[in-house]
Amino acid sequence: MRRFVIGQAKNLIDQTRRRPPQPHHHNNLRLLSLLRPPASDTTPVSSPRLFSSSSSDMSGSDSSTSSLPVTLDSINPKVLKCEYAVRGEIVSIAQRLQDDLKTNKDAYPFDEIIYCNIGNPQSLGQQPITFFREVLALCSHTALLDESATHGLFSSDSIDRAWKILDQIPGKATGAYSHSQGIKGLRDAIAAGIEARDGFPADPNDIFMTDGASPGVHMMMQLLISSEKDGILCPIPQYPLYSASIALHGGSLVPYYLDEASGWGLEISELKKQLEDAKSKGITVRALAVINPGNPTGQVLSEENQRDIVDFCKKEGLVLLADEVYQENVYVPDKKFHSFKKVARSMGYGEKDISLVSFQSISKGYYGECGKRGGYMEVTGFTSDVREQIYKVASVNLCSNISGQILASLVMSPPKPGDDSYDSYIAEKEGILSSLATRAKTLEEALNKLEGVTCNRAEGAMYLFPCINLPQKAIAAAEAAKTAPDAFYCKRLLNATGIVVVPGSGFRQVPGTWHFRCTILPQEDKIPAIVNRLTEFHKSFMDEFRD
Amino acid sequence: MALEYDLLNENVKKCQYAVRGELYLRASELQKEGKKIIFTNVGNPHALGQKPLTFPRQVVALCQAPFLLDDPNVGMLFPADAIARAKHYLSLTSGGLGAYSDSRGLPGVRKEVAEFIQRHMFVVTVCFPHSDPELIFLTDGASKGVMQILNCVIRGEGDGILVPVPQYPLYSATISLLGGSLVPYYLDESENWGLDVNNLRQSVAQARSQGISVRAMVIINPGNPTGQCLSEANLKEILKFCYNEKLVLLGDEVYQQNIYQDERPFISSKKVLMDMGSPFSKGVQLVSFHTVSKGYWGECGQRGGYFEMTNIPPRVVEEIYKVASIALSPNVSAQIFMGLMVSPPKPGDISYDQFARESKGILESLRRRAKIMTDGFNSCKNVVCNFTEGAMYSFPQIRLPPGALQAAKQAGKVPDVFYCLKLLEATGISTVPGSGFGQKEGVFHLRTTILPAEEEMPEIMDSFKKFNDEFMAQYDNGFGYSRM
Repeated sequence: MRRFVIGQAKNLIDQTRRRPPQPHHHNNLRLLSLLRPPASDTTPVSSPRLFSSSSSDMSGSDSSTSSLPVTLDSINPKVLKCEYAVRGEIVSIAQRLQDDLKTNKDAYPFDEIIYCNIGNPQSLGQQPITFFREVLALCSHTALLDESATHGLFSSDSIDRAWKILDQIPGKATGAYSHSQGIKGLRDAIAAGIEARDGFPADPNDIFMTDGASPGVHMMMQLLISSEKDGILCPIPQYPLYSASIALHGGSLVPYYLDEASGWGLEISELKKQLEDAKSKGITVRALAVINPGNPTGQVLSEENQRDIVDFCKKEGLVLLADEVYQENVYVPDKKFHSFKKVARSMGYGEKDISLVSFQSISKGYYGECGKRGGYMEVTGFTSDVREQIYKVASVNLCSNISGQILASLVMSPPKPGDDSYDSYIAEKEGILSSLATRAKTLEEALNKLEGVTCNRAEGAMYLFPCINLPQKAIAAAEAAKTAPDAFYCKRLLNATGIVVVPGSGFRQVPGTWHFRCTILPQEDKIPAIVNRLTEFHKSFMDEFRD
Repeated sequence: MALEYDLLNENVKKCQYAVRGELYLRASELQKEGKKIIFTNVGNPHALGQKPLTFPRQVVALCQAPFLLDDPNVGMLFPADAIARAKHYLSLTSGGLGAYSDSRGLPGVRKEVAEFIQRHMFVVTVCFPHSDPELIFLTDGASKGVMQILNCVIRGEGDGILVPVPQYPLYSATISLLGGSLVPYYLDESENWGLDVNNLRQSVAQARSQGISVRAMVIINPGNPTGQCLSEANLKEILKFCYNEKLVLLGDEVYQQNIYQDERPFISSKKVLMDMGSPFSKGVQLVSFHTVSKGYWGECGQRGGYFEMTNIPPRVVEEIYKVASIALSPNVSAQIFMGLMVSPPKPGDISYDQFARESKGILESLRRRAKIMTDGFNSCKNVVCNFTEGAMYSFPQIRLPPGALQAAKQAGKVPDVFYCLKLLEATGISTVPGSGFGQKEGVFHLRTTILPAEEEMPEIMDSFKKFNDEFMAQYDNGFGYSRM
């Protein structure tokens, strides 16, 4: 498998060398998406070495740039090493197709590109929650609060809430940098929300507000990783933020495989095995990343499983990095989201027993406010000197954006029964969540009907991650096209239907198995057409390649 | 415990960020105890009472609540040009403020930024290459952009970055976090913080003799914390130097609207570079940074900014794009602020008069405050201060008497930290000690913003003078001063 990928990369590099220099192209990204980060492998040096030797040739081919101080062969190799498939090659092709569609409509068998590559609900027509946006508008232009006409255009509780929020901001200045952890009054609201969710106390001083959840993950990686000797246990398949961030910080990703056959189950025995394996290679594992509900795998962990994970971290002295950004996205009645902090506290473990970081984002849930870049991490079980270091790193970036902060406090303290907006808020929220559940079910059933495709149910999150049993002929064709087989499938799917999905190789998978990730986010009225196009495409693909 | 202090990444521990350091924390404590604190530690205008410009806030409020645009009564609250602009910016998004944008920022806004850059350069020369939206990346504030670029440049401690001293500590902090080496070049205080290219040569030679490969140079123009504006001739020398020494120039130009004198208007490094022509215009790699946090906008809390790359090879741009994509996208409302900043209301627009009045009012007041502050400092015993030509700061030198140095030593404090803490306790004025920015050995400064409200300024300067008089009287035993 590995040899295969490297062979592909070599071919691609050769091809690139022969090609004349092309400005503004994505050759390099394409190339990168084929190279695995080394951490998951026993031969960590091969791919970076391959890359750096090739890259000097590549920049050399562009003679006008060879005398410049910063070229591809002289940039930080950690930057070259990291990859992020959610916005990789397939998306670039899709964007080109979209541009071309505007003028060249008749050339394609579809009339629009449907982006199922990324959890970006509002780009696919999901409407924001009205109450949240009313409050944000009022906080954006506070002069509105002095106008009598405002009462005709805004709900009364949004006006009250905007006043309340402004009172918590020093000088009511929404245009000022805040405390580097976020505005204290907003952190109070978040802590209260966590308390209400978990039934255990939360301290506003433990909250660090961030521009989306990703910067929080980066901050923790920066703190934990000193060199490639530091390892982070990550699920495979995983959300590539983790592999990319670990690569950028020069650490080692220590993989643990989720068990597809048992609904992407997380086995403690697998964690132990991988931990021992890493130790034997001289890697000190510092933390365990768990994504619950899972991305891209959509499973929701059982409380019992979570207890075992907590015990494992406690016993092995690992920081538990709990990615809980999909906590509101649970679609099945037999599963419920439990935060790791609640689980740990209910086991009687306090600050001294376990170091736990919980990440939350305003980009997911029923709110889906991706463009706002809001989120927070709740940091517990660290000594004060470590906490000071986290604060210092946060302070270098001054603070996260204020409207993201306001929104993060709002999602943790939404309207209550009796409030003017409560009924409409609940209707909007339930409408979105129940529709997501329906879409997840419809797509899952459709995928399971396809020849050679099996798909676990999306218990939560926003994705389906079907396994495609690709015929040997398709694999051979992919090899001939110098593409990973799942990327080959996804490209064919895009070209035939306009549907954009991400190949499983971007998330990693058990070698020899092939998947893709598809969001459940297209609007409900589009789902039947998507199912039809997907079914038709798959049938013709199989007709072409069936062994 | 899973994460002990000893086990932390050493680069994190090494990193220092004084703007929010000991002084700031002490000031926050005092504030909690009920003392009135004047925060002049961070360039954060709205926190000190500067009112936001009305027009951009109207546009962004409408983008936050797009359903207002369908309300027949929207005209009662918003002028027609704000409504039109909100519709325009929403049309550039792919799902409003709630959708991730392109990781480089909305293409439509990047195009407006490119046009702005183009317009500003067009004044003098007619024929030069267009600013290309593909080489402009929007960011969550300028700091994020600086971090992205330095992350790309720094491979390890063998890579050095030339940084002015005194400098804005973002640079030292980021270089430590990334494990690179800061190579200082000293600005000449006696020449109004002038940048002497001979100093640069010395710094580079010295770094190279230590085995450091110097890869990039940072200039902050107008200067932070030093407030000087670079002349065109000086910028030319710098660009030539970068060309000869093969350095990427990082041009921190976030204070480009903040100019308080007429002799040296702001001129961008890009414009100077393009005017220089061949071989420089194609041979110097330049990254310029801008933000919505400064200028007369002062929208710090939005976290909006951009950088523009010149002569960066496409394949490197792709790598920078890839790293940007891991963070998904900069926040969209700040992108719209950036769009508005580079294309503000024009004469004839309904909101033009108000916008012009507000922005002129802020800039003129800042100009007066810069003068009040410099004059105030220069009237104090043992204090000398260069005039704030631009940016938002005053950086007076405090000649600490030996008695004060000794007292500081006894208190276990760096002398200027000692002075600033005393100042804070006595007056509530929260400043940043010069040691946080770097300074020549044995010379001490403090940085204060010029942002307190104009009407409060005389009182602040009086209270500073009173404190300084008492401090000097207490510690100045007549045996001379710390050397200049």
